[in-house]
Amino acid sequence: MTENGFINAQDVMFAYEPEEGREPRNVLDGVTISIQRGEFVALLGHNGSGKSTMAKMFNAMLLPTEGKVFVDGMDTVDEAVLYEIRRRVGLVLQNPDNQLVASVVEEDVAFGPENLGIPPEEIRVRVDEALKAVGMYDFRLNAPYKLSGGQKQRIAIAGIIAMQPDCIVLDEPTAMLDPRGRSEVLETIHRLNEEKGITIVLITHYMDEAVQAGRVIVMDGGHVLLEGGPREVFSQVELLKKHQLDVPQATELTYRLQGMGFPMPCTLTTEECVEALAAYLPPVQAVP
Amino acid sequence: MIRDIALGQYIPGDSLVHRMDPRVKIVLVFLFIVFLFVAQNFVSLLLLVVSVAACILLSGVPMRHYLKSVKAILFIVLFTSVLNLFYGGGETLLKIGFMEIKSGGVSNAIFIAVRIISLILLSAVLTFTTSPTSLTDAIERLMKPLKVFHIQVHEIAMMMTIALRFVPTLLEETDKIMSAQKARGADLESGGLVQRAKALLPILIPLFVSSFRRAYDLAMAMECRCYHGGEGRTKMKVLHAGKRDAVACVVVVVICAAVVVSNIVLPTVLS
Amino acid sequence: MAVIELKNLTYTYGEGTPFCKTAVDNVSLSIEQGEFIGVIGHTGSGKSTLIQTLNGLLRPTGGQVLLNGKDIWAEPKKIREVRFRVGMVFQYPEHQLFEETVLKDIAFGPGNMGLSPQEAEERARKAAAFVGLSEDFLSKSPFELSGGEKRRVAIAGVIAMDPDVLVLDEPTAGLDPMGRDVLLAQITSYHKTRGNTVLLVSHSMEDIARTADRILVMNSSHMAMFGPTKDVFARGAELEEMGLRVPQITKILACLRERGWPVGTALTMEEAVRELLPLLEKGGVKA
Repeated sequence: MTENGFINAQDVMFAYEPEEGREPRNVLDGVTISIQRGEFVALLGHNGSGKSTMAKMFNAMLLPTEGKVFVDGMDTVDEAVLYEIRRRVGLVLQNPDNQLVASVVEEDVAFGPENLGIPPEEIRVRVDEALKAVGMYDFRLNAPYKLSGGQKQRIAIAGIIAMQPDCIVLDEPTAMLDPRGRSEVLETIHRLNEEKGITIVLITHYMDEAVQAGRVIVMDGGHVLLEGGPREVFSQVELLKKHQLDVPQATELTYRLQGMGFPMPCTLTTEECVEALAAYLPPVQAVP
Repeated sequence: MIRDIALGQYIPGDSLVHRMDPRVKIVLVFLFIVFLFVAQNFVSLLLLVVSVAACILLSGVPMRHYLKSVKAILFIVLFTSVLNLFYGGGETLLKIGFMEIKSGGVSNAIFIAVRIISLILLSAVLTFTTSPTSLTDAIERLMKPLKVFHIQVHEIAMMMTIALRFVPTLLEETDKIMSAQKARGADLESGGLVQRAKALLPILIPLFVSSFRRAYDLAMAMECRCYHGGEGRTKMKVLHAGKRDAVACVVVVVICAAVVVSNIVLPTVLS
Repeated sequence: MAVIELKNLTYTYGEGTPFCKTAVDNVSLSIEQGEFIGVIGHTGSGKSTLIQTLNGLLRPTGGQVLLNGKDIWAEPKKIREVRFRVGMVFQYPEHQLFEETVLKDIAFGPGNMGLSPQEAEERARKAAAFVGLSEDFLSKSPFELSGGEKRRVAIAGVIAMDPDVLVLDEPTAGLDPMGRDVLLAQITSYHKTRGNTVLLVSHSMEDIARTADRILVMNSSHMAMFGPTKDVFARGAELEEMGLRVPQITKILACLRERGWPVGTALTMEEAVRELLPLLEKGGVKA
């Protein structure tokens, strides 16, 4: 990945205001990340690894104390382009309840475009399109508080889409959802990535979500620890465990068997693991 | 359960009342409420009651929602009516000990009950048929002239929108915290006034903390969506008053005129 | 002896109104003293309602909840005592913290039981140790702790009441893998030390597989299954029909079994390796 990505973070340092009598601690300690247009990137790390702070760098909610972040060539410290950056890079937060503003779904989705000063007729079109894109059009007149967590999170995503962004950053969007809500949200963002070419940065600590990404970046202690395709990253089982992270059970199983001397490939999903084992086990007929 | 309270609840629909301009609705409801108190005799009161009933029917909102909102205030209605029963002149109808019920008192009681119930029903028609956003939007526009006095009309309207949005969420949260503290043996039901007030702390403090957390999150989410005050903001739903609004205005004005006329022609029954 | 017994337990929200909804429908079961029970079911299956009847937060609209053989609603005035014996940790319990210090917050429950302040504090200290909160945490304000630490304080607040039955609703929700592992380890070690009964509600089948002796499966208000963990997870296809999963490792072995290899049901990595090793050694070419 070179420097001409859509988002370029270069040697980003960041420290929150320290409490009195305490030394400031760098939450981000020299992070260089580049995200290409149309990519699906998963950003992994345990709590306190700096991944959420990094997310807020991408849309100028936070500014680096040292280093630079560029969005499509625009410097995030440049106040003149602040709203343009936030329009292009939308941020979806963890708690679905706390990011919806209006009491009616469609009015909430309209909030972003209204702030941008889009003409009313066009807002209507954008809102309907955005709601259809997340599969919530039928709920446009509902009250958000009556919806499930997964549905609320899709409304939040629609609210970002209505601003016609190039990129959506999602900060642990599934942490508070049940399995059904999680898969609803994941399906939605994968579809947006594939069909609309929207760049996705998914921050998560669920490994099965990261497995489906095009590229995985693992953060730890304010640094980038690992970076690469999911297979490349998850084959580092020991390193991930050392840094308080998990790997999918499928990956761990083949990894353990490798360690016992069986030449297994690294697998990421149930299906892959079953195939790998099937290829290696004696034929069924040979087993008593 | 606490979240069953129908507070400013919007019920989506496509009735005549739903489609009216919210600004017109607010002004007319306000006018109507004023005239509920102008009416001084049973003829005009009946006229107003019939009009309220017509509004309810035209709103197309199921009756149970209205019943629910009346049920919530039934106690207040009964209390004030009974109190009014003992005030007022006229001939004595009933005497219990030192308390007397006179004909004027009966009229007073009926009037106060009808007035409060009509007032609640009218506000219910307004909130049931108008989404909170259009409601605040309408208030924002109606108050626009106040900008001259440096009143931050947009900010006030935005605060109302958010408050309405978070009422159900916070009610639900209150429910949850109450359950959690009850599970730790908190006793919310017994003890004197001071003790009960003290027993509320384990509920109020977490509720405050969570409200601040939500407010912080929401502020961030709003900034992420390019919110920067009312400057240069557009609206998806443009308000425009149409023919039906004009008709509604005329009808209401005629009713109000009738109330005034009946007040002049007929004697007052209130004392 | 059964510590909890449900007899035809039914709970209907808004009974007698046109909007009534039966959330728990005729559930009968019994749970033995000292068991670790996993409770699974998707959102809306009735599992949250069910657990709230166990400590009398909800009063059943039909049937009975027996605690040590006694109907908990025999004397409605004494329902608070039931809450001390059936401790309930709600989802995101850290949202209930309110005291000035961690110690005082944990001692809130014991204090409500009518214990003297010294006794309540003593209990609080013990409970804090169970969840791995060291002494220097106790004088801090709960609001300055991290999310994971707050959660542990809240759980200690229920453990401090020393309940016979501990019910935990999604205790690991929102924690990272490390936080989740640590908390689960603390809960299991508490269970082993105290020997009391634990009910763990979770969406994470991996967590359930690691901890539970038996699993209760709720599906559309009914009890769909109730049996030993292995037996329940062996019925993967049925669970998937209810919108539930089995742990990935269990699924992998089930797929192999389906294709003809004689492997049993595995709940953990170790079990899976144990099942696969003899087969692999028979046919495999070791590198």
